[in-house]
Amino acid sequence: MAAENLSTKIPSRKRIATGIALLVIGLLMSVFFLPGTETGQTATFGLNLSSSAAILLPDMTLPVQTSLYVLVLIVVFMGAYHMARGIRSPGALFGVVAFCFVAAFLIWATRGRSLSLIGMLTSSLVRATPIALAALCGVISERAAVVNIGIEGIMLIAAEASVVTASLSDSLYIGLMVGILSGALIAALHAWLVIRFKVDQIVSGVAINIFATGTTSFLSSKYLQHQSDLLNNSGTFPIISIPLLSKIPIIGPIFFENNLIVYLMMIIVIVMHIVLYYTPWGLRTRAVGEHPKAADTLGINVYLMRYVNVIVGGMIAGLGGAYFTLGSVGRFDEVMTAGKGFIGLAAMIFGNWNPLGAFTSSLIFGFADSLQVKMQILKVPIPSSILGMAPYIVTMIVLTGLVGQAIPPAADGQPYEK
Amino acid sequence: MPPVLQLKGITKAFPGVLANDHIDLELNEGEIHCLLGENGAGKTTLMNILYGLYKPDAGEIYVRGQKAEIENPNDAIQRGIGMVHQHFMLVPVMTVTENVMLGVEEKRNGVFLDRAKVAARIREISHDYGLEVDPDAYIKDLPVGIQQRVEIIKVLYRQADILILDEPTAVLTPQEVEGLFKILRSLVAKGKSLIFITHKLKEVMALADRITVLRLGRTVGTVTPSEVTPERLASMMVGREVNLTVSKKPPKVGDVALEVKDLYVEDERHQVAVRGLSLDVRAGEVLGIAGVQGNGQTQLVYALTGLAPVLSGEIRILGKPVRKPTPRKILELGVGHVPEDRQRHGLILSFPIHDNMVLCTYYQAPFARGINLQEKVIVANAETLAKQFDVRTPNVFVPASSLSGGNQQKVIVAREFSRPIKLLIASQPTRGLDVGSIEYIHSRIIEKRDEGAAVLVVSSELDEILALSDRIAVMYRGQIVDIVPAAQASKEYLGLLMAGISPADAAKSVAPVAAGEVERVF
Amino acid sequence: MSAKEKTEKTETRPKSEKNRSQAFWQSLLVPVLAVFTGLVLGGIVIAATDKGVAAAFGNFSANPVGIFPAIWKAVATAYGALFYGSLGSPREIIEGLRVYRSSGDMALLLKAIYPFTESLVTATPYIFAGLAVALGFRCGLFNIGAEGQFFMGALGSAFVGYSLIGLPWFIHLPLAILGGAVAGAVWGAIPGYLKAKFGAHEVVNTIMMNWIAFRLSDWLLTGPMKASGFRPVTPTIQRAAELPRFFPDPLRFNWGFILALLVAWLVYWFLFKTTLGFEIRAVGANPDGAKYAGMSVTRNFVLVMTLSGALAGLAGASQVLGVDHWVGQGFSAGYGFDSIALALLGKSHPLGVVLSALLFGVLRSGATRMQSLAGIPIDIISIIQGLVIIFVAAPAIIRWIFRIRVSEQETVLTRGWGK
Repeated sequence: MAAENLSTKIPSRKRIATGIALLVIGLLMSVFFLPGTETGQTATFGLNLSSSAAILLPDMTLPVQTSLYVLVLIVVFMGAYHMARGIRSPGALFGVVAFCFVAAFLIWATRGRSLSLIGMLTSSLVRATPIALAALCGVISERAAVVNIGIEGIMLIAAEASVVTASLSDSLYIGLMVGILSGALIAALHAWLVIRFKVDQIVSGVAINIFATGTTSFLSSKYLQHQSDLLNNSGTFPIISIPLLSKIPIIGPIFFENNLIVYLMMIIVIVMHIVLYYTPWGLRTRAVGEHPKAADTLGINVYLMRYVNVIVGGMIAGLGGAYFTLGSVGRFDEVMTAGKGFIGLAAMIFGNWNPLGAFTSSLIFGFADSLQVKMQILKVPIPSSILGMAPYIVTMIVLTGLVGQAIPPAADGQPYEK
Repeated sequence: MPPVLQLKGITKAFPGVLANDHIDLELNEGEIHCLLGENGAGKTTLMNILYGLYKPDAGEIYVRGQKAEIENPNDAIQRGIGMVHQHFMLVPVMTVTENVMLGVEEKRNGVFLDRAKVAARIREISHDYGLEVDPDAYIKDLPVGIQQRVEIIKVLYRQADILILDEPTAVLTPQEVEGLFKILRSLVAKGKSLIFITHKLKEVMALADRITVLRLGRTVGTVTPSEVTPERLASMMVGREVNLTVSKKPPKVGDVALEVKDLYVEDERHQVAVRGLSLDVRAGEVLGIAGVQGNGQTQLVYALTGLAPVLSGEIRILGKPVRKPTPRKILELGVGHVPEDRQRHGLILSFPIHDNMVLCTYYQAPFARGINLQEKVIVANAETLAKQFDVRTPNVFVPASSLSGGNQQKVIVAREFSRPIKLLIASQPTRGLDVGSIEYIHSRIIEKRDEGAAVLVVSSELDEILALSDRIAVMYRGQIVDIVPAAQASKEYLGLLMAGISPADAAKSVAPVAAGEVERVF
Repeated sequence: MSAKEKTEKTETRPKSEKNRSQAFWQSLLVPVLAVFTGLVLGGIVIAATDKGVAAAFGNFSANPVGIFPAIWKAVATAYGALFYGSLGSPREIIEGLRVYRSSGDMALLLKAIYPFTESLVTATPYIFAGLAVALGFRCGLFNIGAEGQFFMGALGSAFVGYSLIGLPWFIHLPLAILGGAVAGAVWGAIPGYLKAKFGAHEVVNTIMMNWIAFRLSDWLLTGPMKASGFRPVTPTIQRAAELPRFFPDPLRFNWGFILALLVAWLVYWFLFKTTLGFEIRAVGANPDGAKYAGMSVTRNFVLVMTLSGALAGLAGASQVLGVDHWVGQGFSAGYGFDSIALALLGKSHPLGVVLSALLFGVLRSGATRMQSLAGIPIDIISIIQGLVIIFVAAPAIIRWIFRIRVSEQETVLTRGWGK
């Protein structure tokens, strides 16, 4: 039948283009990475974070040139195969190629030296934490069809509020609670504006960002900078090793030797997944985001659902804000969130508006971030500011949707009118 | 015994219009009560008040003799009132079970959804009332007929005994309508009471125990089918004698103006919606495309007008092959397009009327010189057209959004018909309009045909197709199943084709040719 | 009730000429009240963080009335400094005029008008950047990236300004302006293209472009574009590339302001009097309708984002060529967000943008003085701006506060994630 042929006939041009792109990537990899290497050079990757691990794994030592050839060949083969036969899953295709590229880059950068791979992965998770929390805030709000682009501002305010209260009260936990509450408060303001007054959701979010930048900087230069010891010196949450679990090689040091906020983030991912897909609240939230009128005709209070979800989202973003201060450096600096809230939104989109997806894509952003830092340490001959663009560029690539098409909740961003 | 439901003096005003003006209505136990009225008569408003979606300005509601304050759908549901909405209230990305349980979820361990329990209950209801449906199917994968069953199951699951059905037949084939009526009768036999909202006379005559007619927000009267004729009902509904047929001369057919060969088009979800469709339309004739909504008609029109890309196949307009059609290329060939969704495609609602009147020609002389817009010419043009096409508006500077639906459609018709078009593509040209506007637009379309334009009309209202067309093509699953001359087409035969029965099988059970004269009923 | 039915129920009312002028004044009402409310709330913040007020509160039981003069003093000092710093003192201006008339000595007059010209200098890039955002809004696009485009424009202008040597001014200056416009246009065009081609949301992408611009400038200013010396700044531009100033130093008021007004008029003509503007507004109001009418939605997205970027780039150019003459790190802090606020305040109309830009110029330029005189951080302006945006975007709040009944047509500015 003609109709059945269509699916294979029509996209073939696109397939060939993709295939050629892969071949070019393979070529570029060999042009960039091979010339600097010498025969017999090796790259060493550490697999233990500290010597306290119960089982010490031997370091992974790779021959540089051989590994590079293998990786280039994989990419070229994928490209050729895709042109000839077609690979069904664009996600898998992208994943493998991206992995090869990054691996080649790492091996090239580490040639003749050693790099703690586990250290890098650990720091990826840590750096992914605020991004993931921002993304989770986005997921829960947008599942109820409220776009919250003010996450960045919420995190900024929470970061400042938590560090100041923690410093004053000398209790990190009080600081954390205040951070979460301040997030809830700003999110409630956003919800009130967009639900009660039907303010354009993007405009409200932008206003919150401007307001938050102004307020935090105002307070910072008026008070924090003058009384830094009293107001802006909270200390940070200590690292808690989970007994036994943290002793598992590789996984242990990455996932089970972290501070409170990182653990909370992972717990929220799991809880949110369960709530969204296995409880009445989640069912109603998703209905409100997809078809609010249908929910309304079944007696579900659309506005209430939206208020609660946005506010809960604000609490999660507040936790993310507290991470910047209490979970990381113990002090507040102006505009310290550096676009992480927006990157979180990109992670949410890439994660297809579901918690596990948002978490996974946050890890990718975290990895990009930590890669950039490691490269500076390894003195790769690329300026650090250029490497620093990586997370932003990755975000933009993700948003093109070339890598897996994401479908937002049907009513996302639209005010509901009875 | 008191009536199950009594509405007394219900009044509701919206800015600028009195939608319901002291409406009374009584529903007895075990009856099917039809609420008849044309578009904009206030039927839906009344039912939304009964269901707690709107608050009435005045009036009282009694359920089983007791005064009821219905402030939200929960109140209505608790009193046993259920509603099947005209636009289905189903979440497409969820399963039947999830849609049914939404708002009244069964729980396991007090926290988690109990899908299995609900699915079992759905199977029970399916069995009891003859409403076959798979509880685990996703709504987006179900045909509209089945989706409607889900809506009814939703209401029954909540143990409603007063059911309101708002224009439930709009999306069904004649045979599916028969099936629905059978289900409705079985519901009544089991003690349910129904309010059936429609503007179609035949359905009322076939189904109702009693009929209440609404016009311009007021009750005209309540009658039983045996007391009245369809003509009498029509004049009650419209307020004057209605011409039930479109008078037209026999067509003077000319050259082929539109030729489509083996066309394939995808919908927005990248599913093939038009698969290998071929047809041609000649100058001076109206080709009507009948079919249940969602069988690729929208995508066909999109492809013909350049709004959607063509996967493969050939389109020739006025003899010229159109490759990679864009809307502008096609407009400039002399094609007029009255789009299916006038507010989404046909108008820029926030623009004044005069700008909407040049929406497709703003860049051409005399409306522009170079890149400079000629405002005076644009305004004068709009004033002439508004007069010529009877657009009721205080002036042409008001935004299009301030016009009524009928007048909005007249703006589109004025714009498209005033261009020198040789091919007219009109999709659902009268959807949601009042009878006056319908008559007007129909006569204008026939006028265009008589001027020698080729006309392609797509409509899910079979009666409209029958009234306008010279030839009728039935579309099913993206293909034209059969094309028959309109003067002789039988409604039953077309109905079977619309339901996917092959022409050969359909011809076995009913005559493809109608016996008498075709009557138009709206 | 569906939207369709609703519009059917809104009857048309005749609108006479008188109603139209009334509508014009009413359209000013909300922005003016929004600014006023923003200033009042800003005053509350100032009072709440003032030491004198805190002291008066400490003394509350002894002297409960004492807090009012304290509050008055705090707010009056701050806003007094703000307006003195931005408009100058009328007395000094009259005195200066008198001296100039009698003796021909301009020194006093120049000193007196200095604060006001500084406000105009500050307003100049605001006009450009506000027009950039307003143009985007008209096409349904939210350009949050004016910040980065501004920065790139400044770098582009500076590069043309210092690298070309020996050109006459009538060639070099236009080239330098063009350099800024092109650099900004590129920075705007990329998110525009991504939006048109892939539906990637321009809000996130323009923000990403901002961060990329900062990183890029870090590198440029410490590497390829660095002037000799220790600081990470570009070399000073050639004299021939400068926008000429009207008065001798230290007055920095220059032709950039006139250029800004000219461009504002151009944008007005372009948007409302040409077929291109018709298309842009149609796409902004209803992309599906525009597509039906034969317009290319995607082409307009790219066009508008490019022009928008160019306008923001001009903002940077005007700042470099007219005022600073070189670019350093953190050059454009805050312009991007400010321009959003003033585009909203000006209701995306070029005239409105010019007026709001003047207002913001006054606020920003006075805030510097307020910081030094009253010790109030300049960030108070951002707080006020955030509030103003909220009030402008939610006229219902303003109506609620001031109990006014105005029915305004509210337009949708943006849409959800790209589809």
